[in-house]
Amino acid sequence: MTAQTLQRQVAEEAPAPVRPRRRISGTGLMHAYTWILIAWLVLPIAVMIAFGFNDTPGRYNQTWQGFTVKWYGRLFEYEELTGALVLSLVIAVVSSVGATALGTGIGYALGRYRFRGSGALNLVMFAAIASPELILGASLLSLFVSLGVGPGVVTITIAHIMFSIAFVATVVRARVVTLDRSLEEAAADLGATPWTAFWKVTFPIILPAVFSGLLLAFALSIDDFVVTQFTAGTTTTFPLWIWGATRIGIPPQVNVMGTLIFVGGVLIAVLANVRSRRAQRD
Amino acid sequence: MSASNIPDPALLRGLTSRRFGRRDALRLSGLSALGLALAACGVEGKGKPAASVAPDAVAKFWAGKTKNGHVDFASWPLYMDPKKPELAKFTAKTKITVKYQEVIQEMGPWFAKVQPQLSAGQSIGYDLMVITNSFQFSQFRDSGFLAPLDLSKMPNFAKNAAEAYKKEAFDPGNQFSVPWTSGITGIAYDRKKTGRDITKLADLWDPAFKGHIGMMSDTQELGNFGLMAVGVDPAKSTEDDWKKAAARLKEQKPLVRKYYDQSYIDALGQGEVWLTQAWSGDVFQKNVSDGTDFKFVVPEEGGTIWTDNMTIPITAKNPVDAIELMDFFYDVEIAASLAEYISYVCPVPAAQEQIGKDAAKRSGDDRKAMEKIATSPLVFPSQADYANLHYYVSFDVVAKQQAYQKIFEPIVLG
Amino acid sequence: MSLFRRRLAPYLLVLPGGVWLLLFFAIPMITMLSLSLQQGDIVSGYRFTGHWQTYLDSVEAYHTQLVRSLVYGAIASLAMAVLAFPVAYWIAFHGGKRKPTYLFLILLPFFVSFVLRTISWRQILTDEGPVLHPLRELGLVSASFHLIGTPFAVIAGLVYNFLPFMVLPIYVALERIDPRVVEAARDLYAGPATAFRRVIFPLALPGVFAGVLLTFVPASSDYVNSSVLGSSDTTMIGQVIQAQYLQNSDYPTASALSFVLMAVLLIGIFAYARLLGTEDVMKVAAR
Repeated sequence: MTAQTLQRQVAEEAPAPVRPRRRISGTGLMHAYTWILIAWLVLPIAVMIAFGFNDTPGRYNQTWQGFTVKWYGRLFEYEELTGALVLSLVIAVVSSVGATALGTGIGYALGRYRFRGSGALNLVMFAAIASPELILGASLLSLFVSLGVGPGVVTITIAHIMFSIAFVATVVRARVVTLDRSLEEAAADLGATPWTAFWKVTFPIILPAVFSGLLLAFALSIDDFVVTQFTAGTTTTFPLWIWGATRIGIPPQVNVMGTLIFVGGVLIAVLANVRSRRAQRD
Repeated sequence: MSASNIPDPALLRGLTSRRFGRRDALRLSGLSALGLALAACGVEGKGKPAASVAPDAVAKFWAGKTKNGHVDFASWPLYMDPKKPELAKFTAKTKITVKYQEVIQEMGPWFAKVQPQLSAGQSIGYDLMVITNSFQFSQFRDSGFLAPLDLSKMPNFAKNAAEAYKKEAFDPGNQFSVPWTSGITGIAYDRKKTGRDITKLADLWDPAFKGHIGMMSDTQELGNFGLMAVGVDPAKSTEDDWKKAAARLKEQKPLVRKYYDQSYIDALGQGEVWLTQAWSGDVFQKNVSDGTDFKFVVPEEGGTIWTDNMTIPITAKNPVDAIELMDFFYDVEIAASLAEYISYVCPVPAAQEQIGKDAAKRSGDDRKAMEKIATSPLVFPSQADYANLHYYVSFDVVAKQQAYQKIFEPIVLG
Repeated sequence: MSLFRRRLAPYLLVLPGGVWLLLFFAIPMITMLSLSLQQGDIVSGYRFTGHWQTYLDSVEAYHTQLVRSLVYGAIASLAMAVLAFPVAYWIAFHGGKRKPTYLFLILLPFFVSFVLRTISWRQILTDEGPVLHPLRELGLVSASFHLIGTPFAVIAGLVYNFLPFMVLPIYVALERIDPRVVEAARDLYAGPATAFRRVIFPLALPGVFAGVLLTFVPASSDYVNSSVLGSSDTTMIGQVIQAQYLQNSDYPTASALSFVLMAVLLIGIFAYARLLGTEDVMKVAAR
């Protein structure tokens, strides 16, 4: 669930004006507490960003030694790190597209139809989302080992698609459930086949949700560590590289890349949010 | 990670509602299918323990292999000068490019990582890898994961390597490996923090250092120290001895800060540990690169000696280039250059003289440092030094290795 | 014909994704089960022998870690519930127009890699780091005091990494509370504290329970936090499973432990759902 879908939920439901409450000092305390908690949540991010500007001589980026932006220029100094990042991006793109393609169908079916096996399917969705990543990764490794398939880029991508399908399906289902059927019916009345009605009427409406699902799958994939570690073999993705580097020392380039990914993600989320708000106003 | 994990009501209904009779019947047949599926699974083993090389295996492997101009080299941290002068010289001489990656930290994880790929006949992305003569070496060899070496392609090795390295117990006749370096496991410590000299294994059990002692997480390293601490020669140890050693190590647990892979050197540098089980060369290098003054000592009760070896994985894409690189490291000057930096036991005796010559050309601190290396028993041990050094415990049957693992592992895994 | 196609439509839509999940979610569980009943070694291969003693052996060897993981998970979930509730409450009732913003801020950590977040905490809490160094200089803590390597650091890490999973369900539950219900309570002379205790909190409880469900499972099976922030004394079952798969190649033990962990967690979840009555949880979950 992204902030975007949350925000839509908020907008769609209670048109809540500020509720008058008489919690005097209680409110103030909670207000302060909320901000303290947010600050605590943001602290490691701030540290990560800050140490991307640390003027450290070597690979040990531990004590603050002065401000510099040079790492932003020397971003691709470590060949293996750059390679790992690129690989992470490629896998994220492929797996998010795959997961969206496979998951949208499930989400739509679950939201729109009642059919035998939907209960079991819902259960499987829940299980896929709630399962610990450790178990997902371990079971996949068991499968590959039993089949004699070597772990690598392909197995990582397969794994990422697998765990993203359920998330995409959930996001799409939530949107489809609130869909106004009368639009479909109107299209049918105008002579459209179900296929045409779907693509010309329904799909554009649920497209934002599908897109949310895609973004979600992308974010899940690029960040994934546990499942990837089990299915990677000697292949290295960005999180795996960081993990391996903790022993030797994490260079500032990692902080810079983390910062860029963070900023990029935030920008995309904000932009998507703004666009959907504008779309709603229309 | 995502946020929306809120369960769907239908799912929870499905979770908790009863099933109908027809479903039960389906389930039963499903179960029997499951039983069949379970039994059909298995993991292909690739070899038999202690399998020996067929006489024509060497010829068969190397037939038709050509030079491709590139080598992917997997090794351990601190095994080469970061500026990689030796590799630069190699490329200048042969036009073969080398990609050197320090991806190996511990033998167990390395084997577990590459085993599925090698088992499936897939390339692991490396043509040359450095592996220790621990139990995993036998696993690699017995699984058929190592390419048999064509020694005719290695003239430098034949000429310059010490005789002892041509008849090692774990790989007699260098069928699959040639040494990269040998090393000694002893104790590294910060004299300023410990307040006194450390000389014995027993010092690692001293309660005065509680919370600042480091030990290794590799069970073979840990087990060896445990065995020597209870006065047993690892080579002659029995399962009962292992249990005694494990008990002794368990006594030590409350005093130990952490069980490390190679990151102990980092912890020592940060002051997290004051004394730790350590590999000889790492301490030298840390002192040189960070200006620290850590000491290394071979304990009175004994230390461990091991050999890290260059091997070629069976699925290597560029074996011809790899074997040329392997031989290159046995050139006397190159071996000397390596030893000067990594400060581990050098397999080329002539290098000692070479380092002496190089030292004479330098002056001041550089010269002192190099002379130190040339004369150090940690880099060029004498016969007497070897007497106090022991190899890892070796296992003739897999069951014994599994028993050993089960005895020592719980110490590391909490 | 079109009616038939319409009946078939959901199945066709579900087929590709369903097959994928069958192949890579359901079947792997079976292979894992099979592996747990195999014997052998990595060199000569594993064979299926129905050797169920592996389960007993591995639980005997690692029950400490298993129990410890459940305890850490429970403490972390509880801590998260306590920490998250006031925040969720405040955003739900006093967030006004800025609710989405607050929720977005709560989700910010998820834009940074899980590993990187945990490593940043390590940097902050390390022995000579920005937290302990000044404290030590001021003499407030002893020279040998350390945070990294303690259960506190591990649990704090778990709480940090999974907190948003607790905030959101509680927020959703609170958000749904009809303000008129609370007004009715006020009209019946309930003071703010009583209104909270007898009206708001019980209505929010399903959200809390949903949050606990969604945090307890990943927290108990986590191994990253304990690896980065802990020591061998804090070893969790996730680390043991990971080590058996990715360090020792001992697949039977690893698979057996995975199943034991899954079984324990599933039993917990079922007991949980029964205890609450699925009704309440459904109210929260319905989106």
